[in-house]
Amino acid sequence: MLDDFMVRATLAGVGVACAAAPLGCFVVWRRMAYFGDATAHAAMLGVALSLALQTSVFVGTVAVALAMAVTVTVLSGRGYGMDTLLGVLAHSALAAGLVAVSFLSGVRLDLMAYLFGDLLAVGRLDLAVIWGGAALVVVLLAWRWSALLLSTLNEELARASDIDPRREEMFLTVALAITVAVAIKVVGVLLIAAMLIVPAAAARGLSRTPEVMAILAGAIGSFSTVAGLRAAYVFDTPAGPSIVCVAAACFLAVTLATGVGRRGARRG
Amino acid sequence: MSLIDLQHLTLRYGGNTVLRDVNLSVTPGEIVTIVGPNGSGKTSLLRAAIGALTPASGRVVRAPGLTIGYVPQKLHVDPTLPLTVDRFMRLAPGVRRGTGAVRAALASAGVAALERRQMADLSGGQFQRVLLARALIRKPDLLLLDEATQGLDQAGSAAFYQRIEQVRHETGCAVLMISHELHVVMSTSDRVICLNGHVCCEGTPEVVASAPEYRALFGTGTGGALALYRHDHDHKHDDGCGHGAAAHAREAAE
Repeated sequence: MLDDFMVRATLAGVGVACAAAPLGCFVVWRRMAYFGDATAHAAMLGVALSLALQTSVFVGTVAVALAMAVTVTVLSGRGYGMDTLLGVLAHSALAAGLVAVSFLSGVRLDLMAYLFGDLLAVGRLDLAVIWGGAALVVVLLAWRWSALLLSTLNEELARASDIDPRREEMFLTVALAITVAVAIKVVGVLLIAAMLIVPAAAARGLSRTPEVMAILAGAIGSFSTVAGLRAAYVFDTPAGPSIVCVAAACFLAVTLATGVGRRGARRG
Repeated sequence: MSLIDLQHLTLRYGGNTVLRDVNLSVTPGEIVTIVGPNGSGKTSLLRAAIGALTPASGRVVRAPGLTIGYVPQKLHVDPTLPLTVDRFMRLAPGVRRGTGAVRAALASAGVAALERRQMADLSGGQFQRVLLARALIRKPDLLLLDEATQGLDQAGSAAFYQRIEQVRHETGCAVLMISHELHVVMSTSDRVICLNGHVCCEGTPEVVASAPEYRALFGTGTGGALALYRHDHDHKHDDGCGHGAAAHAREAAE
């Protein structure tokens, strides 16, 4: 079964969607969209470094994504607005990564594969890494779920319940770094943030509790993967962007449906 | 034995000292109110008490196993976060689904019907009741309130403070609260602490209200507030309820 590249691609995409769903919810709730973007862009530098040092791309991207997250946390609140800081860091890291890659002589690098993903080339080992990383993220978030929710809602409420919001934030940062590293192969550096945010945003309109939103985001993400891959196969379009397009269509559909419903309810 | 003991507490934000050498302790069953002008360090003091601020010097000693209930000044629920009242109540550690604890807590706060509503759809008064119900669900030894009646009208905040006194009476929990509604709060407090970067004066409501430091801080407004307070206070005692009754109950318990 795993011999079929479409099956491997689908499984890889669904794995990433499952990890990205609960994490994406926190990214949306905590307004960390740019933070996710910055961490993802920094992964390009991680790719370059791991190629230069001949280590696995997974290890390199996790390390650089973590370093990026820590840098942002340390620099925040030192006179620059968060969006300015993230804008500077995200694009610098991406640019530095692209420049660093060009220095690598002797390495024939398909840049497009890292920028937009190379889902159809997922091998058995890639699949194992993706599912291992995704499972780690899901377990981590399930374990810290309530404490993370309370920290997200209000720092003082968390403190009063003996929860350290900074510690919980660290769990999120680690989960984000792992997700970025496993998602590179699927959607690429430029579209990872979309896998985090778009399914979660689409699920918001349909959810009454945080848990339902996380599960629905996973369902929407998985559906987008399957449908997007199918579309890519039929229309011969790039796989990663096709998946994101389906997710965006889901978001649009939910927004229109619930928006119209809500307006009707208000009038009534 | 005090529940919480702030010893020579000094707090700094950046280069600014917001609190200097504050000593404050709360004993079981006591209602302590902190008053003070804006920027006097009231909220910082409460944040230090729950451990959200690290003191520059001095220390915060909590009784072993102390459970704290906290009601924030305001709670912003991000519109992207779907949250029912029931789910919000269960966000406290140790509160399980289906034990009836949530329903009981909401019922005693008078908001039982709101269980399935979204937090974002509640009115100011309902929101405040739910916040208090959640703070009480873990049966706290100490309740911390940070200007909890902001956004409520006068009747609403009077009802809120009545409820606080009732809670103290029923559960015996101590209360440490910040308020700017001096006249309303004074009639329910055992002790008032007037704060302005340091403790200006403290004591029973009567002592603080007549202290020159307090009058200097609250200036011309004091006369009116004081008159209103006196009026309120006399009225309560005529009814033979509230402050006096609760104080007796506490003495009996000790």
